Amino acid sequence: MIIYGVALLSICTLAGISIGQILGHLMGLPANVGGVGIAMILLILISSYLNKKGYIDAKTEQGVEFWSAIYIPVVVAMAATQNVYGALSGGPMAILAGVMAVVVAFALVPVIDRMGSSGDKTSDNASKSTSNL
Amino acid sequence: MFESLLLVSTKYSLITGFAVIGFTMWISYWLSEKLTHGRIHGSAIAILLGLTMAYFGGLFTGGSKGVVNVPLLSGIGLLGGSMLRDFAIVATGFGVKIDELKRAGMAGVTALFFGIFSSFIVGAIIAVMFGYTDAVSITTIGAGAITYIVGPVTGAAIGASSEVIALSIAAGLVKSILVMVMTPFVAPLIRLNNPRTAIIFGGLMGTSSGVAAGLAATDAKLVPYGCITAAFYTALGCLLGPSILFIAVRTILPG
Repeated sequence: MIIYGVALLSICTLAGISIGQILGHLMGLPANVGGVGIAMILLILISSYLNKKGYIDAKTEQGVEFWSAIYIPVVVAMAATQNVYGALSGGPMAILAGVMAVVVAFALVPVIDRMGSSGDKTSDNASKSTSNL
Repeated sequence: MFESLLLVSTKYSLITGFAVIGFTMWISYWLSEKLTHGRIHGSAIAILLGLTMAYFGGLFTGGSKGVVNVPLLSGIGLLGGSMLRDFAIVATGFGVKIDELKRAGMAGVTALFFGIFSSFIVGAIIAVMFGYTDAVSITTIGAGAITYIVGPVTGAAIGASSEVIALSIAAGLVKSILVMVMTPFVAPLIRLNNPRTAIIFGGLMGTSSGVAAGLAATDAKLVPYGCITAAFYTALGCLLGPSILFIAVRTILPG
């Protein structure tokens, strides 16, 4: 049933966000520590386990896939609720700081990609050898 | 008559949101096809349209929540709010390959630290260029360049003025909006076309909303990989901002 998929997604989301919230509290931070990321990892692990056991049928899958497909409209709605006016009226310093931070981060993507790729072969071998075990 | 319409749109706010956003998507994909022959992705145009609507929403109402300030459109706030956004982001994780995550895990962690330090340094240098000399203001503006949440959290923790905190939020907002708009255009130049670079990209940019929208406009398959690293960025920034980054600025500053 479709609701099983939606419920699985809900449980993973709630669990992940709760863990993130508790981690934040333990670390004394007023922020959620990786809640969404933890929720995604939970969903990936639990769904692949249930899949292997044969518990996930096409209908259940549809319950998750609908929300995955509605993601872009949700992001468009999110864009429409941003404080764009506030950002642009923040003055030249705020704009310059934002622009430069983005430019530097874009430039670093290929740098870090290359940094890792020399060590990538060893990690590739490592993952292969563990999968052989 | 307007009042009865308003009543319907507030009572059925989420449904109104679906209708308005659906219509926006339709226009965007039509424009993408007719004007750019599909070269600029429909979702990229939709996000630009959303941001433009948000700008005018803020301009005409003076509020800080884009189109949500317009009473007829308040449902968009629910549709684009953190609850449904996080729910939909987690759902995209359904298609993630665990091997890809394992392989790029270290690069993702490296990217997180590089992203936070580079944004902070850039923001702090610009604060100095614009005449700020005290460690508290420089740190707060640098933290704003990390994300618009890290800025005010850091500023409040180290006692920055409300004017400086507002600037740090504005810097973070500019960053987030720019990531949404620029990512599809920069993606081919930085080889942002596979899970590994998406994981790195998420860690470097960190702004959850920017990464989520930027990748959606580039290639929807990359979204979960970027969002998974970006999810840890703001928290790490909140941890480092008022502590070692503030101490570093205080140590480096003369006098």
